[in-house]
Amino acid sequence: MTLGAFTVTDTYYLLVAAMIFTIGGVGVLVRRNVIVMFMCVELMLNAVNLTFVSFAHALNDITGQVIVFFTLVVAASEVAVGLAIIVAIFRRRRNATADDLQALKG
Amino acid sequence: MTTFLFFVAAATALAGAFGVVLARNPVHSALFLVMTLISVAVLFLLRDAELIAAVQVIVYASAIVVLFLFVIMLLGVDRKESLEDRIPGQRAAAIVLGLVLLAEIVFLAGHEWATGQETASGVPLQGGGFGGNVERVARVLFTDFLWAFEITAVLLVIAVVGAVVLARRSGQRPDAVPQDAETGEEVTA
Repeated sequence: MTLGAFTVTDTYYLLVAAMIFTIGGVGVLVRRNVIVMFMCVELMLNAVNLTFVSFAHALNDITGQVIVFFTLVVAASEVAVGLAIIVAIFRRRRNATADDLQALKG
Repeated sequence: MTTFLFFVAAATALAGAFGVVLARNPVHSALFLVMTLISVAVLFLLRDAELIAAVQVIVYASAIVVLFLFVIMLLGVDRKESLEDRIPGQRAAAIVLGLVLLAEIVFLAGHEWATGQETASGVPLQGGGFGGNVERVARVLFTDFLWAFEITAVLLVIAVVGAVVLARRSGQRPDAVPQDAETGEEVTA
């Protein structure tokens, strides 16, 4: 199969997005550092953005790209609040592994 | 050329994603995250999403990752985490569940989703005399999604206020405010 005759369809983009999403999901489950877990959530969000853009291309509609902007805004807000929570946790106890965060009471 | 670019960007994105999960040092994870985000921006470009690719690099790969790095440096957590499993078999179970998830999504992605129907917003990705990518996005964003767009402004304000409150109040220790020993009132003078 020559590379020139081979065309990358939207399914390939969906597969890449699925793999990135899975890697991010496994990362959230496996890692114990809260900040790295946060980064894995960002990976999952980005994979979903890629899915939106792929579908925008597949269905020939710009709306998929507009939705990505809202995802970006929500992701930025989530990072700001989440990192503030991590900083607040750190000031109380000097580590950031998820196993240590068992009590609701500070 | 686009085929070649796709495979390079996809391989880089996946390698970066693995790096985020596998790197022991959080700083390395953040740098691998930049690698993935920029590769995904290239994939956006290949799918005719020029504006989103630019926003991805500016907002995600710069602002958000810098925020991550700032918190890592501020807290000094750039030490390696221990490898031991607190819950026996958690890691293996997570990987098995991840593979099941991947199988499910790939099963869904393998189907043909493009139905060939008319666009919902009336603004196609290409053609139709709507101008460039930025114009098309703006046309839909400021008409059909105007209400949602205004709501995002409220969301951002709430996030900023929440971040300030969270990071500030718990930073003050109970003994930070000097108190009168007998009455318990705060000493203001």
